[in-house]
Amino acid sequence: MGGYSISDLWSILVMQGFSGLSLFSVLLLMALGLAIIFGQMGVINMAHGEFMTIGAYTIYMFSKVTEQYFPSLMPYYFVVAIFAAFGFAFAAGYLVEYLLIRHLYKRPLDTLLATWGLSLIMQQIFRTVFGAREVSATLPDWLMGSWKPTPDIDIPLNGLFVMAISIVVTAAVVLFLYRSSWGLKVRATTQNRVMAGSVGINTRKVDRVTFAVGCGIAGIAGATFTTIASTGPTSGSLYIVDTFLVVVFGGAGSVIGTVSSAFSIAQAQSILTFFLTNAMGKVVTLLTIIIILMMRPEGLFTSKVRK
Amino acid sequence: MNAFYTKWMGGKKGAIELAVLAVFIFVVMPLWLDIFRLNLVGKYLTYAFAAVGLVMVWGYGGILSLGQGVFFGIGGYCMAMFLKLEASDPVSTAHQTTPGIPDFMDWNQITHLPLFWEPFHSLIFSLAAVILVPVALAYVISTAMFKRRVGGVYFSIITQAIAAILTILVVGQQGLTGGINGITDLKTIHGWNINTDSAKYILYFLNGVLLLAVIMLCRFLLSSKFGRLLLAMRDKEDRVRFSGYDVANFKIFTFSVGAAISAIGGAMFTLQVGFMSPSLIGIVPSIEMVIFAAIGGRISLVGAVYGTLLVNYGKSAFSESFPSLWLLLMGALFIGVVMLFPNGLAGLYDVYFKKWVEQLAIRLKKVFPLEKLKPVKAEINHEQ
Repeated sequence: MGGYSISDLWSILVMQGFSGLSLFSVLLLMALGLAIIFGQMGVINMAHGEFMTIGAYTIYMFSKVTEQYFPSLMPYYFVVAIFAAFGFAFAAGYLVEYLLIRHLYKRPLDTLLATWGLSLIMQQIFRTVFGAREVSATLPDWLMGSWKPTPDIDIPLNGLFVMAISIVVTAAVVLFLYRSSWGLKVRATTQNRVMAGSVGINTRKVDRVTFAVGCGIAGIAGATFTTIASTGPTSGSLYIVDTFLVVVFGGAGSVIGTVSSAFSIAQAQSILTFFLTNAMGKVVTLLTIIIILMMRPEGLFTSKVRK
Repeated sequence: MNAFYTKWMGGKKGAIELAVLAVFIFVVMPLWLDIFRLNLVGKYLTYAFAAVGLVMVWGYGGILSLGQGVFFGIGGYCMAMFLKLEASDPVSTAHQTTPGIPDFMDWNQITHLPLFWEPFHSLIFSLAAVILVPVALAYVISTAMFKRRVGGVYFSIITQAIAAILTILVVGQQGLTGGINGITDLKTIHGWNINTDSAKYILYFLNGVLLLAVIMLCRFLLSSKFGRLLLAMRDKEDRVRFSGYDVANFKIFTFSVGAAISAIGGAMFTLQVGFMSPSLIGIVPSIEMVIFAAIGGRISLVGAVYGTLLVNYGKSAFSESFPSLWLLLMGALFIGVVMLFPNGLAGLYDVYFKKWVEQLAIRLKKVFPLEKLKPVKAEINHEQ
């Protein structure tokens, strides 16, 4: 670390910390969806990254259509497109649950294989439809530029926007799970499926909606992803291992755990990347997680459920 | 001899399976294919080691490892390091800035051989390392996980993360490992050129013999008390634990055996194909190895070999002409095998073809009554 003065270090820390926050936002949104699917339902969705890609391509399509036919609406399309991203990913998730997942609830390891196959198929469909080259959406002007609180510190606006979305979505998920009647049904089904069924909850329908909501949130993650990087057919699969580690590290089924583990993993990775190389930063982060998981297999925060 | 027949070969059924496989590998393939294609089959058969390892670990042990490629890769790298050191003797690398070190180190401005490369000058050390390094790693990982009763899905995810880490590490440390290109330009073992056609034939047969030996070893393990416990653990872990067995130790042993088997495959891969690269370690190859085992039938040791050959044949046939179709087909294979026939090819055989084969056997017996031949044989023996 030689050669950096204290104020330099401070600026680096703030800027790397902030770029870590963008990573944090994407990881958090991915992990929230996965935590619902894995934590609540015990399904290992290896195709989660591809649902994120659906969201990202939705934004891309919206941006192209708006640019082509309604140029005057460019500043506003993004907001509509986020809802569409959720909608498309939700619909895809609903369909996948109906066709595939519901047959495999009793075999969690097999959901892993089947959804891996699904992810291969989805990647190939993306490649056929959108081409193998990475594409990027044309962002509205208000997402460009940066905010400079001091001359040394330069914070991009898109990062701030991504963070705002992830905060809103997290709040929405918490409200959905803990303050809505649907959330009540979801939690009841998780805790005791048979009992939930016997008091009149349609557990199959709950499963389907839960899975679809998880996928929909991945779609929003994809939407925010387009503001910080370009989208290719395999973009989603790059995040899947990290996302799983976030969920496992945070403790499956705990929203606060997911938030804090996404935060610590993203920050560690982003700050280490600056001082080490990109690859080594990631290796050190992942190794640390695994070592901590070996000492604390249940993750950071565990809900005390009798098994 | 009798114990060998029942325990190592798996009785009559097992002996027939092994004989069919042996004929297929040693007679049909070499007679049918030219050396280029045969070498390709040999490469696929090295993946079959990993698949056989997975049958033990996943099919019988119930532990789904998504990091089988890690052990395959480490085995391969240990072999490749020895071969690379032999290929980079000071004479043939005289044009380098530092002669006597592998070329990729020279390109990365490394001026002396890293310490962990030194022991790989010795063939015996390298061969031992092929087995021992992966086993040690598997032991550490599995001890840490199973002693704390982490299992199932969590174990799978963590092994997958380890595969990711190792790939990033190998790719990132270009000067020490050869980076994304891996270790290439391997030539000789103690002066014996591995790139000639005759060497390729010898290595192919060695590979086949090792594969059959490994399958027999697995048969032996499974026919012992250990095998029964393994099945019991897979189906009702708590009940085995309450009966007084230390479940973790059995799982650790199984996982380490699986790692050793994969590592042998990795070393044979390096020898037959002539290079080793991170593309064989990572998440994708590891999960492909799972599909090899799943297609063959996750509890069939012999089936895993056919599954590997079939999937790889499909891969090379399709990806040459329709690369895009192959991914769709591969995805459909994953989904289909899980949804429709969880026991793979072996399961399909049991359900649809076993009856025909048995009926055929009965008819054949009527036509060629073997019983009548036996006394004749005995008489001949007696005369001798």
